[in-house]
Amino acid sequence: MSGKGPFGRIDWISVILYLLLVFIGWINIYSTSLTDSDGSIFDFSTLYGKQLFFFGIAVLGIILVLFVESNFFERFSSIFYMVSIALLLGLFVFGKTIAGATSWYNLGFFNLQPSELAKVATALALAKFLSDIQTDIRTRKHQMYALVIILLPALLILPQPDPGSSLIYFSLFFVLFREGFPIYYLGILLVMVALFATTLMFGTVWVSIGLVILALLIYTFKKASVKIPILPVVGAIIVSILFSLSVNLVFEHVFEQRHRDRFALWLSLEKDEKKLEEIRKTIGYNTYQSEKAIESGGFFGKGFLEGTRTKGDFVPEQHTDYIFSSVGEEWGFLGTMTVILLFSIFFLRLIHLAERQKSDFSRMYGYGVISILVFHYFINIGMVIGLLPTIGVPLPFFSYGGSGLIFFSMLLFIFLKLDSNRLKDGI
Amino acid sequence: MKKLLLSSIIVIIGFTFIGRLSYLQLFRFSPDQILEDPAIKKIYDYPERGYIYDRDGKLMVGNQPAYDVMVIPREVKPLDTLEFCTLLGIDKATFVSKMNVARHYSPRLPSVLVPQLSKEDYAKLQEKMRHFTGFYIQKRSLRYYNTHSAANVLGYISEVNEWELKNNPYYVAGELKGHTGIEKQYEEELRGRKGVKHIQKDRFNRDIGPYKEGRLDTLPMPGNEIQITLDKELQEYGEQLMHGKRGGVVAIEPKTGEILAMISGPTYDPALLVGRERSKNYSKLHYDSIAKPTWDRSILAQPSPGSPFKTLNALIALQEGVVTPETTFRCYHGFYVGNTLRGCHCGGGIKNMNSGIYESCNAYFAGVFRKIYEKYPTTDQGMDAWEKHMKSFGLGGYLGTDLPTGAPGRIPDKTYYDKWYGDGRWAASTIISNSIGQGEIAATPLQLANMTAAIANRGYFYTPHIIKKIGGSGAIDPKYTEPNYTTIDRKHFDPVIEGMANVYQYGTAKWLKIPGVDIAGKTGTVENFVRIDGERMQLTDHSVFVCFAPVENPQIAIAVYIENGYFGARYAGHIASLLIEKYINGEITRTDLEKKMLEKTLEHEYAKPYSGEPFKINQREW
Repeated sequence: MSGKGPFGRIDWISVILYLLLVFIGWINIYSTSLTDSDGSIFDFSTLYGKQLFFFGIAVLGIILVLFVESNFFERFSSIFYMVSIALLLGLFVFGKTIAGATSWYNLGFFNLQPSELAKVATALALAKFLSDIQTDIRTRKHQMYALVIILLPALLILPQPDPGSSLIYFSLFFVLFREGFPIYYLGILLVMVALFATTLMFGTVWVSIGLVILALLIYTFKKASVKIPILPVVGAIIVSILFSLSVNLVFEHVFEQRHRDRFALWLSLEKDEKKLEEIRKTIGYNTYQSEKAIESGGFFGKGFLEGTRTKGDFVPEQHTDYIFSSVGEEWGFLGTMTVILLFSIFFLRLIHLAERQKSDFSRMYGYGVISILVFHYFINIGMVIGLLPTIGVPLPFFSYGGSGLIFFSMLLFIFLKLDSNRLKDGI
Repeated sequence: MKKLLLSSIIVIIGFTFIGRLSYLQLFRFSPDQILEDPAIKKIYDYPERGYIYDRDGKLMVGNQPAYDVMVIPREVKPLDTLEFCTLLGIDKATFVSKMNVARHYSPRLPSVLVPQLSKEDYAKLQEKMRHFTGFYIQKRSLRYYNTHSAANVLGYISEVNEWELKNNPYYVAGELKGHTGIEKQYEEELRGRKGVKHIQKDRFNRDIGPYKEGRLDTLPMPGNEIQITLDKELQEYGEQLMHGKRGGVVAIEPKTGEILAMISGPTYDPALLVGRERSKNYSKLHYDSIAKPTWDRSILAQPSPGSPFKTLNALIALQEGVVTPETTFRCYHGFYVGNTLRGCHCGGGIKNMNSGIYESCNAYFAGVFRKIYEKYPTTDQGMDAWEKHMKSFGLGGYLGTDLPTGAPGRIPDKTYYDKWYGDGRWAASTIISNSIGQGEIAATPLQLANMTAAIANRGYFYTPHIIKKIGGSGAIDPKYTEPNYTTIDRKHFDPVIEGMANVYQYGTAKWLKIPGVDIAGKTGTVENFVRIDGERMQLTDHSVFVCFAPVENPQIAIAVYIENGYFGARYAGHIASLLIEKYINGEITRTDLEKKMLEKTLEHEYAKPYSGEPFKINQREW
């Protein structure tokens, strides 16, 4: 590598993985949206034609990113962030409603989804704030600032309503964890999730009994040399029980029936076979059809363009959120394994890149990028294969959608640009 | 730790996904998904069902179009309901309820509104159809019968039942299949093979094109025409003669085993089981538990054969060498079993084989029967020999015809009597009734006709069958062209046939001669009993007759069995004689005889046991 020009030191492994994912994604969009009357793949009235066009725009954006000085992003990150917040606020007035969510600006040829842009801007702003020489994440005050940066866009997106996108911002906590934010917070979060699920499944009484038994077991089997003070443990149990009680309240009174149904399906809460059937037909319909489609692919899949359920449009939203079910049906276990492996390798490669940065900003931004991508990947595929409740987030590089593809590409290539300049850091 | 957190999470997620996908795609996957895939629909193209012709190539069964009025509820525009209902011949309430059923089934898919319109209704409706958007007429094919006869032989087609659906992958719910008679037996020949189109459907169940460009699709293969051995005219004529009588008639061509006529009385018009009235008519026929029109007496009734059976005992005695045609027995207007006199109507005196047969002497055949058993040291051995000869005539077991139903009749054997009387506690005299075809003997009219054919052939028969020719190739199962030899040598038949011919010259059927045709026959008069309210009652005797003609070159062998028709020469003899004349001469000269048979019915006899009054039996009618 000569180190000259915009492509000089770019990490080609990541670029190739990126192109592979986009290509496989497009192939599946082609399959889900192909009808018999279609001709050329450049027909922009079709979904796959449009997606190809969006990819063209993304490439232009990538080239732009690569030609810009790399410290441009660091310098202007605060402004990007403020612009995004302004755009998100503007949606309340000028927003265009599609499928019940006011998440878009109508730009005529193109609907812009500012929450996608805001992901890039928030990742940049967070990196900028944390890498500031005066920021110390170990102080309460700076932890607060960091939380505000992360949660402000999330709060603005939530009422669109778009809880899925809103949830994505929480992934940025992984940047904080990397930078010294105590990891036991993550532990507390996991305990809360576990308490939430077990309370719904078994009820507060059984959860409380379980907690006490657990504590007794720990005291019984601990080494004599290890001292665990009694009071904090009792306190923790009491707090957990209170939380467990509040779960019921929130579930019954804050959640709407559709949310309750999603959890009912996910945690197999509903025992009444008739009601379960009803839920399956309505709220669980997508998941059911998507699981069936994936299952019917078997080991080898039915072959490209041969997916009967894909062709028959049995899985709703298959070209967007449920694109992975098409992979499952037409390419089988081989296909799904390929995609999972590509994503995993891709993410691990990016972590490797992030860790080799000399500049704190680049590393922190890199972590932001990875966290956002992994979170999308986890929630999306988890939902499509029936492991998680239905939460509408796209699969990065795969799902149909202009804003998504373009901003995911920008998000990634800003990091690759920073990475390509890592030797010149410290200017 | 903090550097590895995200990487470990990625790996954990990866393994979780792989685990779940293995469960879905490897464990839960089953290779016959295509069968339950809601996205692929099979559309069938049904070939025309094969026609059925009689032995002379006259059409018996063809096809006719029927017209179903279909509706796609979503496409229906407001209409003049009253006019439409009038055209369809239904009332408004029916129309509304049928529309609701259709809408409930699917607003987007066609449902049958009115099935099987007649040609006339269709013509009226067709010109008005354009006023009724959302409705259309769909043609389908039904059976058309070019005869009012042979309902039970031809059988009917009806929708496949659940058992068949489960056990035969060819059929799909709602398809038609032969369920009785020839329609059932030759179902695979007649139906052909339906064509299949695989259609890709979307989630609204709409067609969106062929699946895999139609590579899995097949074209329909038309059904074969078949020619059957029935003589349409003889069959129709026989059914006319059977008017008002219960019983079975079977006519066989001895030199081929082809069944010329198979008549069961009472019968019904096969057209009753086609079209809109089908289910109503079917219930009526099926639940008539007294006359049982759907119970084919020609192959299912198993009466005792009576005197025709004497001819076989004569043959066996000759074959066993225990008598010659000249051996005589004395008839004391009956014969003694121990000290009991069993009656005989022959008039008494000394009988040889010839007069024993034509005068149907019970005493003569009791003597013959004893002689057969006396030849062997034990009754068991005698029984074995006798049974073996009897069974060689196709009695006491299924004949192996190509009719989907049948009955075995009964030739009792030693185990049967051992069970009945106890081991060794019976002898020829105990079972002496078998000598005259009563007792424990039972045979279907088909078996009797076949036995007569074996006598006509002087010692062999072809397995009776109904199929003559299938499609163009014409080949039928070779087992129907192989002769089955009886255990009786050819030379022993002549004296017996002479006796049977004399039945027409001097014997019980001398009033039934056909000018110019030599017939050999044997009457039978069979005592029978029923149990009504737990009380055993004797009814008027069954009238049985077997015969073949001409004696020297037999063309036809017939067995007639008429329930409660009194003595053999009455109803059974008359009908047999008329059928032979019809078949051999083509026309009837004895019109008085014919008129009698066409007009006389036995309804009054059949009503007797149900009247609740005491009644007389075996009354003289003419």
